[in-house]
This record gives sequence, structure tokens and C-alpha cells, in this order.
Amino acid sequence: MFNYTFQWKQAMRGLPEMLDGALVTLQIAIISMVIGIIFAVLLAVARNSNSRLLRAPASMWVEVARNTPALFQIYMAHFGLGTFGIHLSPFVSLLAGITFNNAGYLAETFRGSLRAIPSTQLRSARSLGMGPIQAFRLIVMPQMFRIAFLPTTNQMVWAILMTSLGVTVGMNTDLMGVTQDWNNRSFRTFEFFAIAAVIYYLIAKAVTMGARLLAWRMFRY
Amino acid sequence: MFETGLTLNDLKFMGQGALITLQVTAFAVIGGTLLGLLFGIIRSQVNPWLTLPLVFLLDIFRSVPLIIQLVLANAFQAIVGLGLSAFTTSCIVLALYTSAYCTEIVRGAISAVPVVTRRAARSLGMTWGQDMRQIVFPMALRVGLPSWIGLTLGVMKDSALVGFIGVFELLKQSQTLITRLQEPMFILIVAGAIYFLLSFPIARLGGQLEKRWREND
Repeated sequence: MFNYTFQWKQAMRGLPEMLDGALVTLQIAIISMVIGIIFAVLLAVARNSNSRLLRAPASMWVEVARNTPALFQIYMAHFGLGTFGIHLSPFVSLLAGITFNNAGYLAETFRGSLRAIPSTQLRSARSLGMGPIQAFRLIVMPQMFRIAFLPTTNQMVWAILMTSLGVTVGMNTDLMGVTQDWNNRSFRTFEFFAIAAVIYYLIAKAVTMGARLLAWRMFRY
Repeated sequence: MFETGLTLNDLKFMGQGALITLQVTAFAVIGGTLLGLLFGIIRSQVNPWLTLPLVFLLDIFRSVPLIIQLVLANAFQAIVGLGLSAFTTSCIVLALYTSAYCTEIVRGAISAVPVVTRRAARSLGMTWGQDMRQIVFPMALRVGLPSWIGLTLGVMKDSALVGFIGVFELLKQSQTLITRLQEPMFILIVAGAIYFLLSFPIARLGGQLEKRWREND
């Protein structure tokens, strides 16, 4: 049928290296999510605040993160910062780009869930003698994370898929980078990328399933 | 003073890229929406067990990085010997990618129409097609449109990836200019501004429509 012989055996030799790459991919995604969540909470609070000085930069971050391609954000970190003499390695610029993106998207999610928490709760916490930070940490945050949990895990899947963009700035240790490396050496494009696709699919599914299980375990009354 | 080597010709060069971005987005969104409508109606009307293969297939488009989908499709069309251009390949891949998300939007919108309303329509003597066109469609449109506009904007942003298989869209053109002029920050800001200019009117239009329709509810 095709004038082409599939060489799966040859492609399978790359599998161990690709699985190592998958670990790097997961590592980048997890670090970017952790830092992204911290920034996102700060951004969400800043966007809800009354001070313009806090609101304006936070809004700008969120707008830029949501309205430009993720690839553009990674390019900004990798090539753009070079203008100021800051030369980041592919790993760091990929991480910075994804973290920026994650923080922007998650800030909107968190802002939505902050809205869903009645303001009377914060006031009653304050009237019970809690300080503002204590009230936010002990009363608002747990509820916020509960509402935002599933959207956050979606963002985690997005982060994993986004790590594949690192190859455009020369990243060669994550799953996509390793695959591209093998591809460059062997020209077995279809075979290698098909394997990579399967691995990405399995990771994404595992994260989704794990999150559902965790949500079921954590959030039952 | 601020100086730059970016000339009017270079801006035109980027404009050409923006045009390609728009074309890819338009083809992908039109094709993806038609497919999404079809799949969405199938998913909401047919027994869930029968649509399991379709669900699985569409799930793949959402769980594999787009860049890998593009590379795979490009390699595959070369293997089969279709001789498609990179532009056509990207349009097809993006259309399928869009349809996967659009299916969920359509399904959600259709299931938001109360069953009793549809039964009432059928008991008034409307056929299934009439019910779909005149009752479900107008009601579902109001539910689904905001997410559909979000999807369109998302596809425009994701179309930046087609540069990887050699389509000269906006970001790829900007990269060419960066290599030549060595002014990455400025050129990227211009590219970002163009993306913003392209997506902002669509987002605004969506917001307007949403507001107008809410008044009529």
C-alpha cells in the first residue's frame, strides 16, 4: 500500500531515552505549576484589590498571558530577554514561558473561585479575631482551591502539552526534544513521533485520572 | 533616542505572516466548527456506548501536543504520497483539533436545552429536524457562543505552531526578521501587538453579543 517500510524496531531503541525525557517533561510541568499557582494567587488577589497600582500590572500580566501564543511567551523569555543581556538556557526559558502562561490562566480561575466564596465568610472570620492574612489563609484559600481544583488539573495537562514547545528554542532533554534528536539522526519521523504521541497521551490521561481520584478522595464530606 | 532597523518593508513582511495566520485560523475554525457540529449532534443524540470510539478519537486530539500532531500529519501525508503542502496539512490538523473542542461545546450547549422544551416541540408536530433547527439551535447558540469565541481565539494562538512544519505565519516571519536584524525584543513586541490586534476585536464582538443576548433573556 505505502511505498514505505515502517521501522518500529529501530524506533523502539529510542524508547528508554524518551522515557527519561518524559520525566524531564513532567518535572518542568510540575515546577511551572507550583510557581504558577503561587503567582496566580497573588495575581488574583491583586486583581480583586482596590488599589489601582496593584490592579493594573496584574491585569496586564493576565491579558498578555491569555491573549498571545504560548510559543510567543517562550520566545520572549529566550530571545526577547537577550536584548537586556539576559541569556537564559532553553530549560529556564521554557520554564519561564510556561510559568508565565500558567500564572495568567490560573489567576482567572482563582479570581472566579474567589468570587464564588461569600464575602460574609471573610467578615465573620475577621470578627472572630483573625487577622487579614490569617483569614485569607485559613478560610478563603482552602475553599478557593476546592472550587479551582479541576480547572487547575486541566491547566496541568496544558502545561505538560506546552512543554513540547521547548524544542523550538533548542531544548533537547525533554520528551519532545529527545524525540526530535532521534528523528534528526534517523529520519524515522513518523515512528518516533508516534511513540512520543502515545507517551504524551498516557501521561495526560494518568494526570487526569489521578486528579479525579484525588478529588474524589479529598473532597468528600 | 530609540532607533530600529525595522523598515516599512519588514512590517509588510510581518503583515504577510499575519495574513497566513488569519487564513489558517479561518480554515481551521470553519472546518472544525462544521465537524464539531456534526460530532456534537451525534454525541448528544446517539447512545453513549455507540459513540465511544468517536469520543476516544477526539480525546486523542486534545491529549497529544499540537506540535506532534502537526509533525505526524506532515510525515504521514509524505508516506502515503498525498503531496499536500504544509499549509494544507496544517489547516487539516488544526481543523480536526478544533473539532475535538467544538464537539464538547456543541454537546454541552445542546444538553443545556431543557428536554421538556424539545418534547413540547415534538408534540406540537415538529419533525426532529425542525425541532433541531428552530428550537434547539437558537437556544443552544446563546449557551455555546461565548466558549466558541474563546475556542476561535485559542486556535488563532495555537496556529503559531504551524511555523514548525514550515508554514510562514506571523511568528515564523518574526523569527526570520530577528535573525536578520538582531533586535529580538522589539520585533517580538510588534508581533505580540499584531496578535493582540487580531484577537481583540473578536473578543470584543463576543462580549457585545453576550451582553445583548442577556438583555433579552
